[in-house]
Amino acid sequence: MDAAAAVSQLFTGLSMASILLMMALGLAVIFGLMGVINMAHGELMTMGAYVAYLCQLLFAHFVPGQTGWSYLLALPLSFVVSGLLGWAIEVALVRHLYGRPLETLLATWGLSLILQQSFRTIFGSNNVFVSTPEILTGGVALGASVQLPYVRLFILGLAALSLGGVFLFLYRTRNGLMIRSVMQNRPMAASCGINTRRIDALTFAFGSGLAGLAGCALSLIGSVGPTTGQNYIVDSFMVVVLGGVGQLLGTVVGALTIGEAHALIEYFTSSSAAKVAVFTMIILFLQARPAGLFPSVGRVLD
Amino acid sequence: MDALAAPVSAVHAKRRMPLLLAALVLIGAAAAPLYLHQTPLNLLGQFLALGILAVGLDLIWGYAGILSLGQGVFFGIGGYLMAMYLKMQGLQPGQLPNFMTWSGVTSLPLIWHPFESFPLTLILVLTVPALLAYLFAALVFRSRIRGVYFAIITQALAVAVSTLFVNQQQFTGGSSGLTGFKTILGYSFYARATQTAFYEVTVAVLAAVFALAWYLTRSHFGVLLRAVRDGENRLRFLGYNPTVYKAFVFGLAGLCAGLAGALYVPQNGIIAPGMLGMVPSIEMVIWVAVGGRGTIIGALVGTLVVSYAKYYLSSAYPDFWLFLIGTLFIVVVLFFPRGLMGLAELAGRAVRRATS
Repeated sequence: MDAAAAVSQLFTGLSMASILLMMALGLAVIFGLMGVINMAHGELMTMGAYVAYLCQLLFAHFVPGQTGWSYLLALPLSFVVSGLLGWAIEVALVRHLYGRPLETLLATWGLSLILQQSFRTIFGSNNVFVSTPEILTGGVALGASVQLPYVRLFILGLAALSLGGVFLFLYRTRNGLMIRSVMQNRPMAASCGINTRRIDALTFAFGSGLAGLAGCALSLIGSVGPTTGQNYIVDSFMVVVLGGVGQLLGTVVGALTIGEAHALIEYFTSSSAAKVAVFTMIILFLQARPAGLFPSVGRVLD
Repeated sequence: MDALAAPVSAVHAKRRMPLLLAALVLIGAAAAPLYLHQTPLNLLGQFLALGILAVGLDLIWGYAGILSLGQGVFFGIGGYLMAMYLKMQGLQPGQLPNFMTWSGVTSLPLIWHPFESFPLTLILVLTVPALLAYLFAALVFRSRIRGVYFAIITQALAVAVSTLFVNQQQFTGGSSGLTGFKTILGYSFYARATQTAFYEVTVAVLAAVFALAWYLTRSHFGVLLRAVRDGENRLRFLGYNPTVYKAFVFGLAGLCAGLAGALYVPQNGIIAPGMLGMVPSIEMVIWVAVGGRGTIIGALVGTLVVSYAKYYLSSAYPDFWLFLIGTLFIVVVLFFPRGLMGLAELAGRAVRRATS
C-alpha cells in the first residue's frame, strides 16, 4: 500500500467515523441517561437524509436554478424534524416502558419497521439522490495523487461541530447540568426538583436530532433508501459498546477506531471481511474491558 | 435446594392442563399426514421446525432473561450443515456441487468433505451450533456483559455471520444460498413419502425438545434460570456462578436453533444468508413474545400464529405486512407482555368465574 492510497483510505475512514460519531453521540447520551437502546435511531437518520432530499425538491420547484442553497436549509431542518420525531417517540412509546430496556428495544424495533415501510410508501423503494452543493464539489489536492474531497472535509467539520455542540450542551447549559445529574443519580435528581420526564424527552429529542444531522451528512456521500439507516445502526451500537457510556471521549475514540479499522481492513480484504474482523476484535477487546474504553464509574449493584 | 424447589413444583402440580393439551396437539400433529395435503403439510412442518427454535429462545429469554437477537445465526449454521449434505447427494465421485463449478473451484474444499457422510452430518448438526453458541456465550458472559449490551452484541453477531456467508461464495453459494436438492439417502427429495418423513422427524424432535424444556424449567435448574433473570447478582452472592448456567442454557438454545435449521431446510428446499441475518433473527423474538414468554407452549403457539400470518399476509399484502409486524412488536410489548398465553389464562379465569 503506497502512501497516497493509505492517506485517501484513512481519509475515507475518517468520514465514515464522522457519521458514526454523530449517530453514536445521540445513542450514547440516551443510553447513559435512560439505559435504553433506540432501534429506530437508524430511521431517524434516514429521516434526516430524506429531509435533505425534500429540501432539494422544494428548491427545484420554487426557486429553480438556486438548488445549491437547499442544503443550507436541510442542515437545521433535518435536526429539527428528526428531533421532533424522536420527542414524539419518547412521549408515545419509550416513556411507558421505563425500566424495561429489553422491551423498549423490541418496541422501537417495531417502530423502525413501520417507519421503513412508511418511507417506502412515501418515497418509493428506489434510492434517491441528493446532489452535492456546487460549493462542495472538488477538493483539496495533497501532492500529485491524493485529493481530499470538500464533501468529506465538510462532513468531518460537521461531526466536529456536533461534538462541540454536545459538549457545550451537556457541560455549559442548565439543561445539560440537569441531564448529567439525572444520569448520575435519577432518584436524587428527582428529589431535588428536576423534572426527570422532561429531561428524558429532551435528551431523546436531542439525540434523535443528531441522528437526523448524520443522515443529512450521509446524503452527500451516498444515495438514500428506506433501509439506509438499518445499515448503520449496528455499527453505531458497536461504537457505544466499544467506547462506553461514561464520557464523550469514549464515543469519539470508539467511532474513530471502528471507522478507521473498517476502512483499513477493507483496503486489504473486502468490506464484508472488514465487518467480521471488526466485530471479532470488539468481542475480544471486551474480554479485557467489559464496560468499554471509558466506563462510567459507579457502585450501583442490584 | 429442596426448600427452593418445593414451592415451585407445588405450583406446577396444579397445572396439568397445559401438558395434557400439549400431548393432544402433538398427537394431532403427528397424524397430520393422514388428513393434510402435500403443501399445507410441508408448510406446517416448516413452522414446527421453527417452533423448535422458539422453545430454545423461550428458555433463554422467557426463563433466564437473556434476549438474543442472533438466534438466526445458529439456525442458519444448522441449516447450512444439512444443506451441504443435501448438496453432496447424488454427485459422482469427484464431481462438485454446481455453484462451486460456477465460481471456479476445482476440488472439493476441506470443510465440505464430512458432508459426504450422513452420520457425520448428523453429529455436526447436533454439536456445531450448540458448541458455537456455548463458546460465544461463555466468552461474552464471562466479561459480565448482559441485558441490552448482550442483545446488541448478538445482533452484531447476526450481521457479521450473514455477511460472512454472503462473502464466502465458493464455500456457501453466496447470497443465493444452497438449493436444488435432489435426493436424500437415495430417496427422491420431493416425493410425498420423503417429505412426510421429514415432517414426522420434525414432530418427534419437537416433542423431545419440548419435553426436555418442560422438565428443565420445572427442575432446580429452572429455578436457577429464573433467579438469573430476576436477580443475577443475588444469585452470585449465594455462591452460584451464573455465567455457567447462562452459557449452558444459551448453548442449549443454540442446539435447538441448529436442529430447527437442519429440519427446516429439507422442507423449505433452500437456505440463504438472508434467513439468518439481523432482521429474521429479531423476528424470531416476536414469535415468543406473541405466544407469551416463560411458558414454553406459548413459544410454539406464537411461532405457528406469526409464521402463518406472515406466510399468508406477506404474499397477499407485502406492504401491509411490515406495518403489521411493526405494530405487533409495539402492541405486544406495551399491552400484552404475557402474550396469547396470558390472554388465554385471563379468558380461562373469566369462564371459571362465570360457571362457578
